[in-house]
Amino acid sequence: MSIINNINKVFDHRIRLGIMSVLMVNEYADFNTLKELLGATDGNLASHTKALEKAEYIAVEKQFIGRKPNTRYSTTKLGKAEFKKHIEALEKLINKQ
Amino acid sequence: MESKNYLEDLNEIKTMMTKSSRFISLSGLSGILAGIYALIGAAVAFYLVSNSTRGYLILDGDIFRICFAILLGVAFLSAITGIYLTTKKAKKNNEKIWDNSSKRLLFNFLIPLVAGGIYILIILNQERYGHTAALMLIFYGLALINASKYSLGDIRYLGITEIILGLICAIMPSFGFWFWVFGFGIMHIIYGAWMHYKYDLK
Repeated sequence: MSIINNINKVFDHRIRLGIMSVLMVNEYADFNTLKELLGATDGNLASHTKALEKAEYIAVEKQFIGRKPNTRYSTTKLGKAEFKKHIEALEKLINKQ
Repeated sequence: MESKNYLEDLNEIKTMMTKSSRFISLSGLSGILAGIYALIGAAVAFYLVSNSTRGYLILDGDIFRICFAILLGVAFLSAITGIYLTTKKAKKNNEKIWDNSSKRLLFNFLIPLVAGGIYILIILNQERYGHTAALMLIFYGLALINASKYSLGDIRYLGITEIILGLICAIMPSFGFWFWVFGFGIMHIIYGAWMHYKYDLK
């Protein structure tokens, strides 16, 4: 059962997987970049980033570029570790099948 | 346990990682054309030099200036062709031509290339021009390797090949011209064709 335990419920959605994947290989990504890459709507993306933020898997940084507000996201150490575990668990499950 | 397609999840993860960090719309065809331009340029330069009264190249003289202009022309034409064909491919792939991934790619490609270019100009100015071809190959190879982290991974191998050619060329600088022809002409055509068949014809 230990393998299935590593499947993380927080990541159990296409958009959340996408957000984490992008942030794993990029230092940070802003809201619009994520929106375009994942093909998500504003509200949809906002709720998913909120959930990941709540779990402390991603960090949010709000700043201004000129006069425009800009929100950018990055992974936390915890988020990176948890996501790696999640991927490993997925791989094990697939190899078992 | 819910019936969920975990394989799809993994694929999604892989796609997102690649899409967000690498610019993959580089055109292989532009590599082939760059190689052909280099070969044509080299042939013209070779013809001019071997038909001149001296039969070899000196630094100040019309023929040197013409050769230098040919070199710039080859670089310019290759860049224009590359930009044009890559834009076309990016459009087809629904990828933006000027986004974070392409900016990062270009920036990291240019760091070693510009450093090398300036270095070559400096040593040309000091009239130490025996190693020009070797240095061009080595710095171009380093630029490709640096760029490969942000684009198609195969570019790395072209970079390594250019560096090896450059190092061998440094051992026998008198064959510099032929190493240049091989590295910039023939290697571009080979790798361009390889990448064209691997990525473009899909």
